[in-house]
Amino acid sequence: MTAPAAALAAAVRSGERSAVSVAEEHLAAIDAVDGELHAFLTVLAEQARADAAAVDAAVGAGGDPGPLAGVPVAVKDNLCTRGVPTTCSSRILEHWRPPYDATVVGRLRAAGAVVVGKTNLDEFAMGSSTENSAFGPTRNPYDPSRVPGGSSGGSAVAVAAGLATLALGSDTGGSIRQPAALCGVVGMKPTYGTVSRYGLVAFASSLDQIGPFACSVADAALLYDVIGGHDPMDSTSLDRPAPDSAAAVGQGVEGLRIGLLTEFVEGVDAPVVAAVRAGADALAAAGAAVEEVSVPQLRYGLPAYYLIAPAEASSNLARYDGVRYGLRVDAADVEAMNRATREAGFGPEVKRRIMLGTYALSAGYYDAYYGQAQKVRTLIIDAFEDAYRRFDVLIGATTPSTAFPIGAKVDDPLAMYLSDVCTIPSNLAGHPAMSVPFGADDAGLPIGVQVLAPALGETTMLRVSGALEAAAPVLGAPVVGATR
Amino acid sequence: MSEWEAVIGLEVHCELRTATKLFCGCRNAFGDEPNTNVCPVCLGLPGSLPVLNAAAVDYAMRIGSALHCEIRPSIFHRKNYFYPDMPKDYQISQYDEPINVDGRLELPDGSLVQIVRAHLEEDTGKTSHMGGGGRIHDAAHALVDYNRAGVPLVEIVSAPDIRSAAQARAYAAELRAILVATGASDGRMEEGSMRVDANVSVRRVGDTAFGTRCEVKNLNSLRSLGRAIEYEIERQIALLEAGDTVVQQTRHWDEGKGQTVALRSKEEAFDYRYFPEPDLVPLAPDAAWQARVAAALGPMPAERRRRVGALFGEEAATGARADQIATVTEHGLDELVLAATEAGVDPALALARTANEASADAERARQLAPDAYVALLKMEQGGALSATQAKAVLAELLAEGGDPAEIAKAKGFEALETDSLAGVVADVVAACPDEWSRYAGGEDKLAQFFIGQVMKATQGKANGKAVVEELRRLRG
Repeated sequence: MTAPAAALAAAVRSGERSAVSVAEEHLAAIDAVDGELHAFLTVLAEQARADAAAVDAAVGAGGDPGPLAGVPVAVKDNLCTRGVPTTCSSRILEHWRPPYDATVVGRLRAAGAVVVGKTNLDEFAMGSSTENSAFGPTRNPYDPSRVPGGSSGGSAVAVAAGLATLALGSDTGGSIRQPAALCGVVGMKPTYGTVSRYGLVAFASSLDQIGPFACSVADAALLYDVIGGHDPMDSTSLDRPAPDSAAAVGQGVEGLRIGLLTEFVEGVDAPVVAAVRAGADALAAAGAAVEEVSVPQLRYGLPAYYLIAPAEASSNLARYDGVRYGLRVDAADVEAMNRATREAGFGPEVKRRIMLGTYALSAGYYDAYYGQAQKVRTLIIDAFEDAYRRFDVLIGATTPSTAFPIGAKVDDPLAMYLSDVCTIPSNLAGHPAMSVPFGADDAGLPIGVQVLAPALGETTMLRVSGALEAAAPVLGAPVVGATR
Repeated sequence: MSEWEAVIGLEVHCELRTATKLFCGCRNAFGDEPNTNVCPVCLGLPGSLPVLNAAAVDYAMRIGSALHCEIRPSIFHRKNYFYPDMPKDYQISQYDEPINVDGRLELPDGSLVQIVRAHLEEDTGKTSHMGGGGRIHDAAHALVDYNRAGVPLVEIVSAPDIRSAAQARAYAAELRAILVATGASDGRMEEGSMRVDANVSVRRVGDTAFGTRCEVKNLNSLRSLGRAIEYEIERQIALLEAGDTVVQQTRHWDEGKGQTVALRSKEEAFDYRYFPEPDLVPLAPDAAWQARVAAALGPMPAERRRRVGALFGEEAATGARADQIATVTEHGLDELVLAATEAGVDPALALARTANEASADAERARQLAPDAYVALLKMEQGGALSATQAKAVLAELLAEGGDPAEIAKAKGFEALETDSLAGVVADVVAACPDEWSRYAGGEDKLAQFFIGQVMKATQGKANGKAVVEELRRLRG
């Protein structure tokens, strides 16, 4: 299987290709097509050229710039980049420049990667279509009239359209896997605690996890190995050595027990169901024992998520009050200034979730809403645990449908929320899950198959994903984008 | 009509003396240039995360241990409300699972106050209202200093066991002594490193139900604590006797006016929307850590008062002696008294010098080498130095350190030889024949007159006792 990022890094490390030429190629591609796609909010042309030149200089001096030497990487704009705008696609942070790099950004640079830009997202990662960006939507390169999914739509599109070889996103309820599925790329959400959240602007702290986008499972594993591992700056970071998972990808699925989740094919569009079943057949043919399994508790994931995530968000987003940084709308007194700033600075979806979350935590309602949702969360963890006694991994659809038209769900938040019905349970459980491209529907829109594993089950998850990738029908090239 | 009884509970916020803040590596220091001890974490910048400071946990456990609390596994919560000096617009605090619960504090008079909890939390920044009238409501603008944001606090909550302003003062004083003894706090109320809020209600003696309470804030000294509680008790009794009701509210103590003033009522109270802090993991100090903390803890003030008191028997419990014992203990100088007494110094002299002179410069006195202090007291006791001279040497010893004998020598405080003293006394007697004849006739109080004259003649070098002995010898 091809691994463009690994191949590119090998070529740069050996001196066969120059990092500067790689950067120039990608900057030119961004220049050519991003006016239409709008994957990027900020393109870091000068910085990328300088970083690439430094990589070439290191190679020239006989040094090793690292496993991602010269690889162009796009970074979601809710990850802090020192001195570079980090907007979260919100007016409230439009001109804010963090004084520090997120841990993952530091690790990218230390591995020789070249950050080419900051990508568009739903405001504060709240959404499933990248339409909730204060700076305009991102378009799907397979059909620019359709959404790329979200919230990490910009990162998914950057990789799908060949504008970056790899990208980082964040996944709170499916925000990496859902856009990966809709854009025909690999998207991986690692186990909660394996990748440091330091420098990820929080949406829902107990659910947020950073992860890779790539064109192949092997490249996703490569990027995960670079960004993973303990970070003393994040108390929820697991005290484990850096992951070493890339080798697992080609190991096959012989003898693995795989459960096909019936809840993740019910109510799902026919072409997606067909792809999931074809994937299951391919895994069986490759030597895995595949059988259907029902975990009915997963149905309660969506309502529990829409209490827990907004509750945490209502607290996490309180700090945008106009006092210290970001937007300030002046008013007669501090309280009025807070109110005017937040009224002007937040978009409607963010306001909706702040109100939902504030309500869910209010005196007299806490037990009925937030407390109850946490019980459901425990129920889901227990149900998964039960299923993983019988199966090594679970598979199902990543999304109920392929990419939908821009504007189709903007006036119906509940319909939009349902886009994440298959991805949310893994966030509630803190488990790893990833989406692997597996063919397309009749209109040529990509379909993703989701692979779920128990906590710290990345290695097995990557083996299964590698086997799925090997068996997947060839996906056509995007209608807008560079050759990749 | 039956008498009124006050019911008082105190909430004490104690800043911990850690080198760094509760959740980041910034310096924990009072009085630095504003906004110099700050970083992304304590400024609550987007993307930053808290990491718990183990030294703060250590101090919290010392406090819990000193207050006989049960030390338990605990978690942190977020207390949500908007305030400009709170960078994240929530405070990380402990809520229903605090680190220390169910303790007690014994006051010097023997009464017991139960401790409900003593939990960890972060401090806020500090707002200064500028321009206009300079007060909150008419200021032109406000400046915020975030140096204090994230400084570790332990909040100690008493049960409503306190029944008078005097008892509240005694509780706060004893708690302060304990906090200082654990090393957790410097106990400075004026600098805000120890802050007290009082919950006050009144009821008829004999009633078991509580009256409606008011929380009084802005108590910056033991004196304001006492005055504010007195005022609040009187205010509530007056309301009830007039047939009115007490409204549950938060009140501000106005030191200048000597009044409490309503800040906000229960209806206006914040809904803090507490929920477990997802950025921190549960805190569960293991048995070994707890044992290390308990072992490192020295004796607490009550025990230390008993040790000093044992030198005085019955006398220890009363009047000036009890006050002196309390003073040396509160300032952490009781070990000096014990060391001196053990070396043979008269307990009364050791206690007096320590309570009256050494305590005035307690910070330095705590650094004093006991040997030097003992040597000084022995010189005074043996007559080599007068009391006045001994105090002067002590002041120098505290300021500069050194050897008391050499300091005395440098100051020219060499005691007069008995012969030369006899000569001076003889001269003074010869110069004051009237006084001498009255003294010789039995008016003993004139001894003081002669001591004064001899002191004047010797620039204070004479020993008062030796003078009296010489006078008696001359009188025959």
